Amino acid sequence: MAHEYLLEMRGVSKHYHGNYVLKGVDLKVKAGEILGLVGENGAGKSTLMNILFGMPVIHTTGGYEGEVRLAGETVRFANPGEALSAGIGMVHQEFMLLPGFSIAENIKLNREPLIPTTLSRFLGTRLSKVDMPRVRGDARRALDTIGLGIDEMLPVLGLPIGFMQFIEVAREVDKSGVRVLVFDEPTALLTESEAGQLLAALKRIASSGVAVIFISHRLEEVLTICDNITVLRDGEVVTTTPSAGATLTMIAELMVGRQTKRPPLGERTVEPSDDDIVLELYNLEVDMPGEEVRGVSLAVRRGEILGIGGLAGQGKVGLSNGIMGIFPARGSVKKDGLEIPLNRPGEAYKHGIAFLSEDRKGVGLILDRSIEYNISVVATLTKGDFLKRLPIGAAIRDRKTATAYAEGAIEDLDIRCTGPTQRLRHLSGGNQQKVCVARALALKPEVLLVSEPTRGIDVGAKEKILDLLTGMNRQQGVTIVLTSSELAELRRVCDRIAIIYDGRLVDILSPDDSNAKFGLAMAGKKVSEA
Amino acid sequence: MSLRERVSKSVSDLGLPRLTVILFLVSLFIVGGIQGVPLGDLVNSSIGRFSMNALLTISMVPAIQCGIGPNFGLPVGIIAGLIGLVLSMEMGFTGFPGFMVASALGLSLGAVFGVLYGHLVNRVKGQEMMVGTYVGFAVVSGMCMFWLLMPFRHPRLIWTLGGEGLRVTISLSDFFSNVLDNLLAIKIGAIKFPTGLVLCVGLIAALYRLFEYTRAGIAMDLAGQNEQFARAAGINVERMRVTGTAMSTAMGALGIIFYAQSYGFVQLYTAPLMMAFPAVAAVLIGGASPKTASISNALVGTLLFQTLLAITVPVSQSVISGDISEIIRLIVSNGMVLYALTRGPGGGNNGS
Repeated sequence: MAHEYLLEMRGVSKHYHGNYVLKGVDLKVKAGEILGLVGENGAGKSTLMNILFGMPVIHTTGGYEGEVRLAGETVRFANPGEALSAGIGMVHQEFMLLPGFSIAENIKLNREPLIPTTLSRFLGTRLSKVDMPRVRGDARRALDTIGLGIDEMLPVLGLPIGFMQFIEVAREVDKSGVRVLVFDEPTALLTESEAGQLLAALKRIASSGVAVIFISHRLEEVLTICDNITVLRDGEVVTTTPSAGATLTMIAELMVGRQTKRPPLGERTVEPSDDDIVLELYNLEVDMPGEEVRGVSLAVRRGEILGIGGLAGQGKVGLSNGIMGIFPARGSVKKDGLEIPLNRPGEAYKHGIAFLSEDRKGVGLILDRSIEYNISVVATLTKGDFLKRLPIGAAIRDRKTATAYAEGAIEDLDIRCTGPTQRLRHLSGGNQQKVCVARALALKPEVLLVSEPTRGIDVGAKEKILDLLTGMNRQQGVTIVLTSSELAELRRVCDRIAIIYDGRLVDILSPDDSNAKFGLAMAGKKVSEA
Repeated sequence: MSLRERVSKSVSDLGLPRLTVILFLVSLFIVGGIQGVPLGDLVNSSIGRFSMNALLTISMVPAIQCGIGPNFGLPVGIIAGLIGLVLSMEMGFTGFPGFMVASALGLSLGAVFGVLYGHLVNRVKGQEMMVGTYVGFAVVSGMCMFWLLMPFRHPRLIWTLGGEGLRVTISLSDFFSNVLDNLLAIKIGAIKFPTGLVLCVGLIAALYRLFEYTRAGIAMDLAGQNEQFARAAGINVERMRVTGTAMSTAMGALGIIFYAQSYGFVQLYTAPLMMAFPAVAAVLIGGASPKTASISNALVGTLLFQTLLAITVPVSQSVISGDISEIIRLIVSNGMVLYALTRGPGGGNNGS
């Protein structure tokens, strides 16, 4: 054969402003093959698929290196439209369906077979009639291919989520000349039986000669249906292996990567233990869209750094937001045995809990105000600090002490700025984050909840932030609950790491536990079960 | 810094609208000087108009700070003030006591109206300016019936023919016109300085400045700056918005009382219809944005805007023997409102 592989990506590299997110990635799929693509968040899966589809985000940031070959021919798609007409399809994680339209209409959306009318002969195809019988027929055929025996004329509105996913798939299947089909987490929202059905459909599609790329965090699914598995880590292909002979543990270990040696973090006078619990969650549920928590019970030891890990969207971020009352929550949260009322923002502050939000620009900072204001304002509001009493009795904000405090914080935290009156808008992301840390310090918290503190900031600032947090913990004895998507970061500074999957606590691991254990926990499997 | 950089920096610090207005003002003064318009009169009417209107503009500050944006519903407050005025007169109060009674009634009614209006704008978040404009229109129109139908009896207030319903314009000359203006007034040549009025406005401005630094003031401002942030810090954002709206409305009520005693007349019926616009325009010219405003924005803006109006009349009359001040007023006030509505958040030189 002239070309063994239908789709081949060779030596693909991509950098954003000099920061490489893909480094010489090779990926090959034969016709009729299902290739599993796995990796942690940020391993480069999405970027790779964006390149394949010629997404604008790739072109506007300087394009990519390496080549993409489709059936032996080098292609370089300028936009997703070109990729689609070349026969590359994608089933999205988010549904792109019109709820008021029938299933058949949704499947044929924008590709409807047309019947010319008198008007359309003169005024263009926009005035043609839609050939409804053929729409129905095509839709029926596509639905049969994926094994969905539902009436094609039902409206999409009100269908269970699982069906919506199937309709997305049917739409791709119906496109004539589709050669490569990418599935991005197609089973994420499905129940187990629905997922099984979808996987069966996937196999049928592949057996018709389509090359399928299957992206999923559910490793057991990847192992069951894929012929080959490519593991990405930090923008590099770690391995491509036939799934026959591969084990869950092995893939999980490859995904997470080598164990990094933990640098010592400094001694404590008292080691945290289960005898001294500072914060206790009982059956906490949080309705944070995209990060729902479905009942987590957890005890935080006084003086420890507890990591909260897990993949994006599994609910780890929801925990601290629920405790702080930012998103609606149910269950119970106790600090030193005292119940903290839920859904009442500000209550947690009064109990000595401070929060560094992952949403820095939204909840974290007032960009048009000064550094001094940002550092002191929450302490002023919740604890009445930085106020002075006037002779007439009113207490007003004391700029002098606030500025003095800010100057100290700028010094201690190494915030690069022109002075305490500089507006936050003009600081870099890392320095803005330091201001957030300074604000949390100003509250003199006993417990500090930190969410994604190093997201979107440069490496140097990252180190500084982690040093600051460990410093607070060791010197001032602040208990820290650190939520992060970066496992390596958690393993560097935490005493224990709780892994959240599907809104529930899977396991609490030691940072020294094996990669396999972490990989499995993040895929929702406790080691004893695996 | 080169001259070019320095010029461009000071231009951006000042903001284009303010620069335009200042340049226009300077050119008017020069033309007026050449044409022999008495400058003393110009300064006099500029000071008069500034002190009359300052409180109405200041009333925009709490509204913007609490997050509802420029208070286009100012007529709600003005109506409260007008009711205070006519009630005080109906009860037969004159002189300084009459003014005090009117102020007390106006302020309390304004606060009540403001709380109600605040609850309304909380339901239409994001469209406060539009809804406020129409609430203002509706209230003014509804009150036309009130003025006509209420059983006022004082002969100075009601129509001489028919003997029922309030007049369109009521003279304050027998009641308390200029009581504040004349308090401690200073006369230097042709210039009369309304010390009492300026002091009262200054006192309110100073008290508000103080409020800005209290915990409540900080909380209100934070609610307007960033709702999520404020909520996360335990602030009841809705209540803060109601507080700010009520403060703005009450200040508007007092503002129209200050205005009326200086002007010498109370204007009822459709007169308050468009009164929000000059106040909104003034605070924006002063450098406020729909999201941030300060007392100094309000004062500077009122001075610029009212001076502009005050001196266009005599100067334009001296040049083209016609009155274009009304046209200028409309262009500037509506232009500023339009500018504010199209300008995104941020920008401008304001706030702390």
